[in-house]
Amino acid sequence: MDKVKKITKMKLFLPIFSMLLVMMINVIYDIASGNPPFGFFSISINNGILYGRLIDVLNRGSEVAILAIGMTLVVSASAGTDISVGSVMSLSGGLCCMLLAGYGVTNVSEYAVPLWVGMFAGIAIACVCGLFNGFLVAYMNIQPMVATLILWSAGRAIGLLLCNSNIVYVRVPSFQFFGAYCGIIPTPILIAAICVAIASIVLKSTALGTYIQSVGINKRASRISGFNSAKIILLCYVICGLCAGIAGLVATCRIYSADTNNIGLNMELDAILAVALGGNSLGGGKFNLAGSIIGAYTIQAITTTLYALGVSSAQAPVFKAIVVILIVVIQSQPVKDYFKKLSAKKAGAKEAA
Amino acid sequence: MKKKVVSLLVAAMTVASLTACGGSDAPAANQEPAPAPAEKQEAEPASAEKQEAEPAPAESQAETPAPAADGEVISVGFAQVGHESDWRAANTKNYQDTFSAENGYELSFVDCDNDHAVQIETVRGFIEQELDYICIAPIQSAGWDTVLQEAKDAGIPVLIVDRAVDADPSLYTTALGCDMVAEGEAAGNWLAEYLNGEDANILVIEGSVGASATLGRTEGFNNIVAQNSNWKVLDSQSGDFTQAGGQEVMESFIKSYSDFNVVVCQNDNEAYGAMDAMDAAGITYGVDGDVTIISFDATHDGLQYTLDGKITCNVECNPLQAGFAEGVIKKLQAGESVDAWTLVVDEAFVAPGITSNYAITMTQEVLDGRAY
Repeated sequence: MDKVKKITKMKLFLPIFSMLLVMMINVIYDIASGNPPFGFFSISINNGILYGRLIDVLNRGSEVAILAIGMTLVVSASAGTDISVGSVMSLSGGLCCMLLAGYGVTNVSEYAVPLWVGMFAGIAIACVCGLFNGFLVAYMNIQPMVATLILWSAGRAIGLLLCNSNIVYVRVPSFQFFGAYCGIIPTPILIAAICVAIASIVLKSTALGTYIQSVGINKRASRISGFNSAKIILLCYVICGLCAGIAGLVATCRIYSADTNNIGLNMELDAILAVALGGNSLGGGKFNLAGSIIGAYTIQAITTTLYALGVSSAQAPVFKAIVVILIVVIQSQPVKDYFKKLSAKKAGAKEAA
Repeated sequence: MKKKVVSLLVAAMTVASLTACGGSDAPAANQEPAPAPAEKQEAEPASAEKQEAEPAPAESQAETPAPAADGEVISVGFAQVGHESDWRAANTKNYQDTFSAENGYELSFVDCDNDHAVQIETVRGFIEQELDYICIAPIQSAGWDTVLQEAKDAGIPVLIVDRAVDADPSLYTTALGCDMVAEGEAAGNWLAEYLNGEDANILVIEGSVGASATLGRTEGFNNIVAQNSNWKVLDSQSGDFTQAGGQEVMESFIKSYSDFNVVVCQNDNEAYGAMDAMDAAGITYGVDGDVTIISFDATHDGLQYTLDGKITCNVECNPLQAGFAEGVIKKLQAGESVDAWTLVVDEAFVAPGITSNYAITMTQEVLDGRAY
C-alpha cells in the first residue's frame, strides 16, 4: 500500500499514467478485434530497420519532443508561450534548403554549398529568431504571445520568400540521412534523444534550471537577489529558437525538401500542449522537463493510435479532443484533491476500525 | 461606382448652390441629409443607376472607358487566389499569356494572396473600373452574394473559374473548372481496366479534410469502387496533401494491413511520402512492383515518377484553364448564350508500357511538352 502511494505521489506519475492510458486503448481495441493484444508494443526488425508502432511514436514525435524542451523553459521563465516555433521551423528548413540548392532552383541532386553551411545557417537563423523574441519579451516587456505573434506570421512568409514560394527538393542521401535511418534506428529518434540528454545534463549539472525557475516564480525578487532576470529570459527564448531550428531541420530532412507552407504547421500548439500534459503550469515557475517530453510522445501516441484504429480523418479531431480533455482533467487540481480526500477517508475508516 | 459618387457630388453641389442662392442659413443644414438617400440607391438595379448617371456632366463621362465593341480591346479583370503552388503559378501564367495585348485583351491581374477580404475589394475595384469581364478564382466559397449582386447591377459578366462559389447561379454568368468527381472516376475507370477483373485491396490517402478536391476525388473513386464487387477499400485516412502526411499515414497503413495492392493518393506530394514509407518497409511498387500507386495533380515531378514507372497512373487537374475562359468570353462577345458550367478537360497519364482507353501513355515528349 505504501509502495502504491509512493508511486502515485511521484511527479511523473500522472504524465506516464496518461501515456499508458492512451496506449491501453490499442490493447483493448486489439483484443476486441481478435488480434494479439500487444500488437501495438511489438517491435521487430524489418527490411533492416526497427519496425513497430512504438518506433513510429518515438520517430514521429521527435519534432514535438525537441520543441517541448525549449517551450518548457520559455513557459517557466516568462509565464508565456512562444507561438512562433512552428513558423521558425519552416524558416530554418527553408533557408537551409535554399542555400543547399541555390536560390530559385527547385530540385537538385548535389549541394550548391557544403551540407554543414546549410545546416548551420538554418540553426543560426532560428537562434536569431529566438534572440528577437527574447529581446522583445525580456527587454521591451512585451507579453510573450504578442511578441512571438510577429514571427508566427512573418517566419513562414520569409521562408516562402527564400524558397520563391516553391517546394525546394534536395535529393542527396547525406541530407536525407537526418530524417531517415542511422543503422537500424530512425535518426530523428537519436537527434531527439541527444537534445533531451544535453538539456537535462545542463539543467541538472548547472544552476541554470534553478535560475530559470526563480525568475519564473518572481522576476523582481530574483533580480534583487542578484540574477540578471532579463538575460535569463532572453537565454530561454534563444534555446527555444535553437530547438525550433533543430526540429525544423529534422522535419525538412524527413521529406528532403523545404515545404515551407506545411513544415511545423500548428506545431506550436502541440508543443504547448506537450508542456501542459507534462503537468507543468503555463503560469511559469517550477517546471518538469521529463514531463514535457512524455507529454510530447503522448500527443504522438494519440495520433498513431487514431491511425491504428482506422478512425476516419473527419472524426479524428473529435477523438483527439476527448482524449486530451480526459488527460487534462485527470491532472487537474480538483480531481487530485478528490482522490486525496478519498484516500484520507479510507485511512480514517481504517483507524476507526 | 466612382462615376456615381462624382455625379452625386455634382448633384449635391447644384443643390447647395441653389439653396445658397436662397440666402438663408436653415437650408444649409439640409445639405447633408440630401445626398444620403441618393447614396442608398446604389444597391438598386443598374437601370436606375444608369439613368441617373447619363445626364451627369462631362466630367464623369471622361472616366467611363469606351465600351468594348468588336475589334476593340476587351478588358478582363482576374482576381487570382494567390501563388501557393506550382499549379497556381502555371494557372496564372496561362491567363497572362492568353489574355495578352497581342490577342486583343487588357488583363487586370490581381494576386489576392489567399485573403478573402482583399479578393472582395479587388472585385469591387474591377466593377468601379467598369471592366468588360470579371474572372474570379474564389478563395472561399461563401460570402459572395453582395459583390456578385453589385457586378450584376453594373451589368458586368462574371466568370467563376477554377473553384466554386456558394451563391445563387443567377448572380454570375457562368462557372468553369475541373470536375473533381470526374477525376476520381477517371482513376477508378483506369484501375478497372488495368486490373481486368482481378481483386483489389485499396488504401486511400485522402487530401485535407473538407477540401473540394478531397471530397470530389473520394466521391468519384468510390462510385467506381461500388461498381466492382471484388474491390475493397481497406482504409482511408487524411495525409493533408503533404509529403510528411503521406509518409506518416502510409507507415501506419503498412502496419495495419499486410494485404493491399493499390494505394490511391489524392495528390502527388502524398504519393512521394507513400513511396518513402514503402521504400523503408521494403515494399515494392510501381509497374514492376507489388503495389499499384494512383496519384492526382500530375505535376512535373509527379509525371517524372510516372515516366519512371513508379506512379502507375497520374490523373491531371488541368491548370491551363484560360483557353476555356476565353472561349466563354468570345461567345458572350458574339452575343451567344453560354452554358452555366464549362468543364475544363483533365487528362490521365499512365506509365510507359501500358495502353489505356482512359489515359495517355507517358513519354519523354509528353513530359517536355507540359506547360508546368
